[in-house]
Amino acid sequence: MIYFLNLLFAPGFFQNTQVLNALLLGGVVAAISGVVGVFVVIRGQSFVGHAIADFGGAGAAIAVLMGINTLWGFLGFGVLSAAGVELMGNRAREHDLATGIVLSVALGVESLFLYLDTHFTGQAGAPMMILFGSIFLIKPSTLSIVVALTAATTAIIITIYRPLLLCSIDPDLALTRGVPVRIVKLLFILLLSFVVAEGSFIIGALLSTALLIGPAASATRITHKMGLAMLYSAVLGMSAMWIGIVLAYDSFLWPPVRRGWPVSFFVCALILLFYLLTRLRDKLPRSGIMMSGGGT
Amino acid sequence: MISPVKVKKGDAILSIDNIRVQFNQRYILKDVNVQVFPGEFIGLIGPNGAGKSTLFKVILGLLSPTQGSVRVLGRTAKRGDRLIGYVPQKLFLDPNIPLRARDLVALGLDGHRWGIPLPRKERKKRVDDMLKAVDAYRFADSPVGQLSGGEQQRLLIAQALLTDPQLLLLDEPLSNLDIKSAYEVVNLVSRIGREKGIAVILVAHDMNPLLSVMDRVLYLAEGKAVMGKVEDIFRNDVLSGLYGYPVEVLHVNGRIMVVGGKNSGINGYPLECNCCQSEAAT
Amino acid sequence: MLDTGIFTQSFMIHAWIGGTIVAILSAFIGFFVVIRGSSFAAHTLPQAGFAGGAGAVLLNINPLYGLAAFAVGGALLIGYLGNKERNDVITALTLVTTLGTGALFLGLTNKYATGAYALLFGQIVGISSDQVVETAVLGVVCLLCLAFLYRPLLLASVSREIAEARGVPVRLLEICFLVIVGLAASIIVPVVGALLCFSLLIAPNAASVCLTNSPGKAMALSLLLSLVNIWISIVLAYISGWPIGFFVSMTGALLYACARAVHYIRVKNIRLKAVNIQC
Repeated sequence: MIYFLNLLFAPGFFQNTQVLNALLLGGVVAAISGVVGVFVVIRGQSFVGHAIADFGGAGAAIAVLMGINTLWGFLGFGVLSAAGVELMGNRAREHDLATGIVLSVALGVESLFLYLDTHFTGQAGAPMMILFGSIFLIKPSTLSIVVALTAATTAIIITIYRPLLLCSIDPDLALTRGVPVRIVKLLFILLLSFVVAEGSFIIGALLSTALLIGPAASATRITHKMGLAMLYSAVLGMSAMWIGIVLAYDSFLWPPVRRGWPVSFFVCALILLFYLLTRLRDKLPRSGIMMSGGGT
Repeated sequence: MISPVKVKKGDAILSIDNIRVQFNQRYILKDVNVQVFPGEFIGLIGPNGAGKSTLFKVILGLLSPTQGSVRVLGRTAKRGDRLIGYVPQKLFLDPNIPLRARDLVALGLDGHRWGIPLPRKERKKRVDDMLKAVDAYRFADSPVGQLSGGEQQRLLIAQALLTDPQLLLLDEPLSNLDIKSAYEVVNLVSRIGREKGIAVILVAHDMNPLLSVMDRVLYLAEGKAVMGKVEDIFRNDVLSGLYGYPVEVLHVNGRIMVVGGKNSGINGYPLECNCCQSEAAT
Repeated sequence: MLDTGIFTQSFMIHAWIGGTIVAILSAFIGFFVVIRGSSFAAHTLPQAGFAGGAGAVLLNINPLYGLAAFAVGGALLIGYLGNKERNDVITALTLVTTLGTGALFLGLTNKYATGAYALLFGQIVGISSDQVVETAVLGVVCLLCLAFLYRPLLLASVSREIAEARGVPVRLLEICFLVIVGLAASIIVPVVGALLCFSLLIAPNAASVCLTNSPGKAMALSLLLSLVNIWISIVLAYISGWPIGFFVSMTGALLYACARAVHYIRVKNIRLKAVNIQC
């Protein structure tokens, strides 16, 4: 039994404080991402999440240059861009050329500041951290900030749960019922920016979208009940995160030795895997009714 | 220049013999026989799902029938036959496309050939002439994305005519048009068809705009077809036989409407087109 | 500030040649990307290439091979799967996974610091003389292929049905086009980076679409704007030492903004001249 455990968890796993911090932080962020993610998926706002992550990355790069914690950079620019998107309303269409160009500007700015970071602060690892996450390098103080932020997010979600649900499914009906749709939308975008910032902080600005929508998309394929979807989504997210952390830790023993594979890779791969598994379910023949893959 | 193929008088331009098209155990077309002669205007009428698009695909050589043969000018139907001009229902265009009316029409001339088109005077002249023929010259330099449905339809017809086809297929050109534009398009096609001796098959839900120009009608329902003059086809017995349940042909104010007959389960319901429902009330 | 070194230093010569070739290619390929609305491919293929390039760096082989292999592989995959499911989730997850794989390969190499950065954001010093030759060859090949496909591709992009009716092998054509985009991405990425490749492909074309209606003029204008974009970026990158990708995205956005402004002014002056351009 011990042997089996040792096989799964490389030595020192449970004693390493960094790993334990990562597990805690990763779990918390994955859970809240999963929950908020379900709303993102049903509201069709996946692209907004992606845009917020891109802007957040630029903010984080600027934060490093200013010597402050990247989390504030992610948060600051994330919230600003979220407000911007909301103000633009329906004028910013996802597949619009203009939107793509605006995001390119964000990435361009990010590229500049990442360059300045490596050359002026001596933090050569800044680009990798911001782009692909730094879950093993988190200071305990940041941990408490993230937990507090998550708690606030959770509290807000619980408060606005029913109006948010109604707005997401049928905004017109919500209006007639007297729900303050505008405020709910703004609050939701604010929550989204919190969650994206946390996700970017953990697995990087480029990959945070996976954590946001992957588990949620998988969950909504498994069930149609909202509460259950949020639960499954959180569970899937946390599983991907924890398994990813374990694998990343174990990978220190894999070739090339002493390097370790990045956590974010494992997390993304697992999220994709879970999603593909839920799609596989559709392709299996069910008794009585053959589901043909092609349409007419 | 494309040299016209000589057609012997009396020969059918299009000859469809007893074809069946099957897909996944289902018959889309069953024992369909069609003969179209040069210069004829045929209306292809029928409800949704009857198999009209499939029939076009078979004529264009894009789909092989499970059984039977399709011959165009004596040759088996093949892909890219330049003697057939095809006009799609509408353009699904991104408004961002930089394409003027004349560019769209020019694509009909040689859009299927590889390489880059060399700007030649002769090419421009042919396009200009065609634009004038379909009365589209005045908006020749306007972006296609900003033109109305009727204007776009004229361009689509122009591009199909540029290869001097002998058979013109129009896939529901009237469906997205207001009634005035629909009549304009029908008259345009009929006029050009007569002038150039082109056989025309025009698919429509509502045959009424075609009544004055149709030589014969090809009525498709439930995968089966009947063909003949309007007065021979639009009869209760003929269409009931086709549909397999009671069908009534109503003549209302000089227009024809096909509705479900008594005991059909869809009593009085118009069969070809859902948009005609309001007419049923009047 | 501006010394003759900008034109005489060998790495600069490479940058000028490589950048110019890449700009020319982007203008024409980007034209079709814009009219076909293939923004997903324009995002994914450079990023898939990035993963391949990182893998090549890891295996110590020419990054171009890795870039090309993964980008073309991605193109074939997208072409094969087709537009059947415009599934936002799968597209987003695929994009992210390509980046994640790149992150993996980078994480495993020792020379990650410059490697990652260069592949993602481009580097002016990044092109060696061998690479210039490779870039030139591939660039010319892509341009010739695109010229060959021009007419049927334009027809298929405007109306798939007409193209099919005319016997154009539309599916095959689309896959070929995607492969060309993939190959182009593999030589554009080392210059402007995987994340900003999209900007070079799209911005000049988005700008020219605002200014003219005719496809020929639009492409000519895109070519001009694309060259202006890359040349300005090279000069500024040389002077400041800042990454070229930054300048490319900024210049591109600026050109686009100017084009929109010109369009707006034209529309306002519509009483002077009937201008009918959709932007």
